Amino acid sequence: MNTQLLIQLLINGLVVGTLYGVVAMSFVLIYKATQVVNFAQGELLLVGAWVCWWLLTKYQVPFYLGMPITLVFMFLFGIAIQIVILRPMIGEPIISVIMVTIALSTVFSALMKWMFGVNLQPFPRIFETQNINILGLQVQTVYLMSLAVSLAMMVGMAWFFRLSKYGLAMRATAFNQQVAQSLGISVKSVFAMAWAISATVSAVAGVVVAVVNGVSAGLSAYGVKVFPAAILGGLDSVGGAVLGGIIIGLLENFAHFLDSEYLHWGNLYEIAPFYALIIILMIKPYGLFGTKDIERV
Amino acid sequence: MAGPTLIPAGDFRTSYAADTTVFPTATSRNAMIAGIVLICFAPHVLNEYSLSLLIQIGIFGIAALGLNIVVGFTGQISIGHAAFFGFGAFTSAYLSNRFGIPVFFCIPLAGIVTAAVGLVFGLPAARLKGLYLAIATLAAQYILLDFFARAEWFTGGSVPASAEPFSILGFSLRGDKKYFYVVLAYVVVCYLLVTNLIRSRDGRALIAVRDHYLSAEMMGINLTKYRTLSFGLAAFFAGVGGALYAHYNQVVSNEGFGIDRSIIFLAMIIIGGLGSIMGTLMGTAFMVLLPESMEWLSVALRGSAIDQFLGLKNNIAFLREMAIGIIIIVFLVFEPDGLAHRWRQIKAYWKLYPFSH
Repeated sequence: MNTQLLIQLLINGLVVGTLYGVVAMSFVLIYKATQVVNFAQGELLLVGAWVCWWLLTKYQVPFYLGMPITLVFMFLFGIAIQIVILRPMIGEPIISVIMVTIALSTVFSALMKWMFGVNLQPFPRIFETQNINILGLQVQTVYLMSLAVSLAMMVGMAWFFRLSKYGLAMRATAFNQQVAQSLGISVKSVFAMAWAISATVSAVAGVVVAVVNGVSAGLSAYGVKVFPAAILGGLDSVGGAVLGGIIIGLLENFAHFLDSEYLHWGNLYEIAPFYALIIILMIKPYGLFGTKDIERV
Repeated sequence: MAGPTLIPAGDFRTSYAADTTVFPTATSRNAMIAGIVLICFAPHVLNEYSLSLLIQIGIFGIAALGLNIVVGFTGQISIGHAAFFGFGAFTSAYLSNRFGIPVFFCIPLAGIVTAAVGLVFGLPAARLKGLYLAIATLAAQYILLDFFARAEWFTGGSVPASAEPFSILGFSLRGDKKYFYVVLAYVVVCYLLVTNLIRSRDGRALIAVRDHYLSAEMMGINLTKYRTLSFGLAAFFAGVGGALYAHYNQVVSNEGFGIDRSIIFLAMIIIGGLGSIMGTLMGTAFMVLLPESMEWLSVALRGSAIDQFLGLKNNIAFLREMAIGIIIIVFLVFEPDGLAHRWRQIKAYWKLYPFSH
């Protein structure tokens, strides 16, 4: 057994998994606050990454300016999507709302391909990439950066929900919309804010992935991987989403390890999360931390 | 979902037979028969290109009809329909190549095999509902696509599988002109089948599950059975459509059964009207003709300012994708009942003209 490879892959899995966790967290945020399953989460990553790339390469904006501009843009972008597209859909059947987000993902991914092409574009170098030695393992600094950013986002999110006034309003809305409204919380602005924050957080994740791997249409694959992660953790649990993301990331890389060392089936890395997804749905559809719907079918 | 059918005031049904009749009036029945007879002349009138579009509308229309059973009539969500469509295509090609079964039998057999696969993936539907189900079908889409790439004995892997041309009693029906009648026959049979299914006890049970599943359960409808059954039925029609598609192109490659095709299928039934049988065909026609008309527009606009701005020639594929997404959003926001509803309104308008009530 190739222990070296296994550990390397597991570290990989941890890094990718925390990113999945961040994206899943922003996905769950939208679901929890507005009851919308966002199939366009991956495209939010994509838009964020492309906007940042565009600012940095076309306009030569330095990174410390380009990043905040991107985040402000994504914040407004999230609000715009909510107000223009999702707000008229409130009260419509689930299928319509799901279809709208699927259509949004089609529109955004096509728009990005149209504007920036289909080829992988390298991100301007922001950090010096070098390998450092941790406990005898070669770890790239960008991976450490990615891990640090992801953890910072999670801590930030936890702080926002636990301690800030707006986070409290959001939790109240998620718990019971009518009661929240009667206590003077503007549900409309909470909805818009949920999308805004989700888009911003996704954009950060998108830029992180872009820094590591470059920008391409393939970035939106993160949006699909969100589903195994969020379902595993429980669709309405923010903490569960983070844990689910990490588990899916580890599982993916472990499957890759099994595949390359023993099974040689090929491509197990890509498909393993979906088998996991089906199994979870079969045995524990509400995930690890999700609220159990009492009304059973 | 399905809007109220506009029946003139004073048209009271006095028997169950009158209530569940396929055609509400004799005129509508005659118009339908006349329409089918007229379209039989299409191969002699239309050119190859228009004919191939008609064949595509027929093939995709059958598959979309299956999706409408599960989404429109039963109220479940399926985002993996294209994978079943592909499964039908590969199955039919495999059956005719490997076992030498005549293509005539391969097509319904492919439907049955696909239905079995659909039942397996419909099993989560027994326990799940709404968006959990949507996510399960999304997983099914990816798993089946992975299976196509992996199972070389079945699909030929990276080499496209070949499919025999359609033949009946030794007469080979090659070419669009003859194949058109095959597709037409299947369209008529499938649409009649589903129309009659909806009139039956099982069809009403499916609609009851959609409208209020708790009440349906209380009235003795087995939810698990009908949810799973609707997936099986949807997969059956997807399989038949896929098999027709395989023998039309005479080659089945791994391409074109991805999630984007599933989205197009969903777009067809949303544009046509969820829970409307004829609407399905309208929506399919819309979605088949949309890319073609965009192609035509881009040719017409060549060299103009719009062309320069958009770069139509190189980007038409992306613009087409965007158009699909935008059309779905526009229909969901402004016309959630689809073209079928609009058609009924137009009919009612002319029926009552010049008085609006």
